[in-house]
Amino acid sequence: MERVAIIGASMSQFGQRDEWIRELLAEAGSACLEDAAVDPSDIDHLYVSNMASGEFEGQTGVVNALVHDLGAVPAYTERVDQTSSSGGAGIYAAWRSVASGASDMTLLVGGEKMTHRTTAEATDVIASLTHPCEYKHGVTLPSFAGLTARHYLERFDAPRESLGKVAAKNHKNGVDNPNAQFQKEVDLETILESPIVADPLRLYDFCPITDGSAALMLCPESVAAEYTDEYVVISGIDGATDTHVVHERPDPTIMGGVVESGDGAFEMADREPDDIDVAELHDMFTILEFLQMEGLGFAEQGEAWKLVEEGYTDRDGELPINTSGGLKSKGHPLGASGVAQGVEIYEQLMGEAGPRQVDADVGLCCNVGGFGNCVITTIMEAAA
Amino acid sequence: MTMEAYRYEDGSISYPGHPVGPDGSEPVETIDLSEYTAEVITWTTSTATPPGVREPNTLAIVEFDVDGEPVRAIGQATSDDLETGDEVEPIYVNELREPGAGIREPESQAWDGYRFEPV
Repeated sequence: MERVAIIGASMSQFGQRDEWIRELLAEAGSACLEDAAVDPSDIDHLYVSNMASGEFEGQTGVVNALVHDLGAVPAYTERVDQTSSSGGAGIYAAWRSVASGASDMTLLVGGEKMTHRTTAEATDVIASLTHPCEYKHGVTLPSFAGLTARHYLERFDAPRESLGKVAAKNHKNGVDNPNAQFQKEVDLETILESPIVADPLRLYDFCPITDGSAALMLCPESVAAEYTDEYVVISGIDGATDTHVVHERPDPTIMGGVVESGDGAFEMADREPDDIDVAELHDMFTILEFLQMEGLGFAEQGEAWKLVEEGYTDRDGELPINTSGGLKSKGHPLGASGVAQGVEIYEQLMGEAGPRQVDADVGLCCNVGGFGNCVITTIMEAAA
Repeated sequence: MTMEAYRYEDGSISYPGHPVGPDGSEPVETIDLSEYTAEVITWTTSTATPPGVREPNTLAIVEFDVDGEPVRAIGQATSDDLETGDEVEPIYVNELREPGAGIREPESQAWDGYRFEPV
């Protein structure tokens, strides 16, 4: 099977935007076409990662809207909804389209428009992914995070401050990302004294509500050579699930979808956790960064907090995590987030990350949907 | 009213019940968890609640012991004065949140259920 290359990437400004979903998607799609120097008429497949444009905006059929807006008709289109992991699932769908031979040029665009809704409304749209036995109790994704964080801290005797240090690190990284929603450092004291949202977690343990979009251009490696000498390849990718009902999992601190998708991606890439130079993890809540570090094998169970305390995951540490600022600082426009993770790893491997640049040949991104319900792990490498 | 859990062919129990249990085993009986007490595994008090949900909303994951077989459930608590390891009992509530205030179609699911009260 021929390797799948990424030859272009783009990301729009994340934050509170005036544009609606059609415009946001077209913005990132157009920028990616330009970055890859690909003509719209050369697109065979167009995938759109989006969780809830119908629920948020009353706009469905975004795939057909986008293919027309980009001038890419008659390319095949498909919307990918996997809640918060729609972006990662979009990378998987785009990869399959190329790896299978069905497409010689695939554009993936992820986007979400959310900020016109109140926090309560947006929280409810996202919480609608829960099982009826959870939804009727008012269970939200942030409340799952609070429940899990308390269990983790008590069970592993981890200090509350360690979660705050995840937020501080990712905010610090976001300062150097011009497309991040928040480009300012936040000190630990401010984080630990911010309002409680889901005890023991506070405001700065949570990502914001965000508008934004991101895109990647994928093609067979043989086709990539027609466009550029420098590109990135997807060397490993896998997706997996865990139970719909979160409390039915045997261990609240283990996300089975992270473990399974990580194992699959590492096996496909013939890599191990120690081979990863930079990673983007789904820090929708600070506790998720610990759970993914442990599920992917970067740390033993119950030990990830120690690596954060040691600076191991800082930009100048052994394994920089969330150099983009993560969802925490960069923002979390649901369908765009997994694609934007891929954009960050692509830019790091291409040496295009500017002040965020780290020394990296192999990168990983892990995109989590629901509270670990669906997970995609992708490993990328600079083309040799 | 009952707090209905399913026991499967392999002896395991889940709440809620599912059409298929672990390893594909079939449900063989129902168990009313409201007749049991449970232990708090973890809890949180949420202050950012969706439309139609009380604020603040204290939630707990609890574990029942049904003749030696553990089964967990999630639900609202009647008090925010909780600690991990506390013993609680299910208390029936006619309406846990306001149907129709949120995004989900009111007729698509039940809205009554059980809150956990410290014993």
